[in-house]
Amino acid sequence: MFLAKIYVTYKPSILDPQGEVIKSALHRLDYTDVNSVMQGKYFEIKLEAKDQRTAAKEIEEFSDELLINVNMETFTYKLSEISSVEE
Amino acid sequence: MKAAVLDFPGSNCDFDMYYALIDFGIDAKIIDARQSNLDDYDAIFLPGGFSYGDYLRAGAIARFAPAMEAVKKAADQGRFVVGICNGFQILTEAGLLPGALRMNAKAGFICDQVLLNVENDNSLFTKNLYRQQLLLPIAHAGGNYYADQETLTKLHANRQIIFTYQDNPNGSIDDIAGIVNEKGNVFGVMPHPERAVDPLLGNIDGRPFFESILQTSGVLN
Repeated sequence: MFLAKIYVTYKPSILDPQGEVIKSALHRLDYTDVNSVMQGKYFEIKLEAKDQRTAAKEIEEFSDELLINVNMETFTYKLSEISSVEE
Repeated sequence: MKAAVLDFPGSNCDFDMYYALIDFGIDAKIIDARQSNLDDYDAIFLPGGFSYGDYLRAGAIARFAPAMEAVKKAADQGRFVVGICNGFQILTEAGLLPGALRMNAKAGFICDQVLLNVENDNSLFTKNLYRQQLLLPIAHAGGNYYADQETLTKLHANRQIIFTYQDNPNGSIDDIAGIVNEKGNVFGVMPHPERAVDPLLGNIDGRPFFESILQTSGVLN
């Protein structure tokens, strides 16, 4: 079994208004050294696949198809093999 | 003219849309989005709201509802498909309209009335609109329209931009408030014409919009 940790963020060209609001909130808490905040989404997905390459291909396909909106978002992921008893 | 108003779990403008349509004498029905056959309807309306709780992204889950296959079929056959607010978000997520709706540039939900310019008065939805501008309600957190440069160029060249904001409330690129598909029969708009059809509510600027659709489809003369 494989575990994919998928990170979704806006493309750099897309303004992240929620990140901006969080940044100004951090400044109000006196963390004035904070330069930027980017808010994204995080998914942990476990899947069965015959090997790592097959799993990677599937993750890239379904991330483009559903997890992100390709017009404005992008993703990165980390993939590792886990034992099926691991929870 | 028979019209279907789709009801997704979390739709909340379905009754507003229904009442607006029956007010114009249209044979309208609210149809559960689990229904997969919409062959009987000349026009399909996707109302505002928070379909499927806006989980993942607004409209991202609604595009898998059984009715959406029927909406695609209707769009292919040239029937009217209109998405308002969340309905617009669903149509972009389903690929029936280009681009995407981002979160408002200034974070937060906006509930207001805005003036719109009619950019194209020759579309199926506006060719009988006798007004150059409309004042319509908006109520959204994610109405900030975005399309890449190539798509924008096409939208301008094909005159697919129908309404623009006079005073852009949400950061939409090129002030875009509503667009049609290339064929011109699928329309998405963030503002709510269906909330502006009754004088009791203080604004009837939504009426010319519905009248225009009805005239175009031959229901009204």
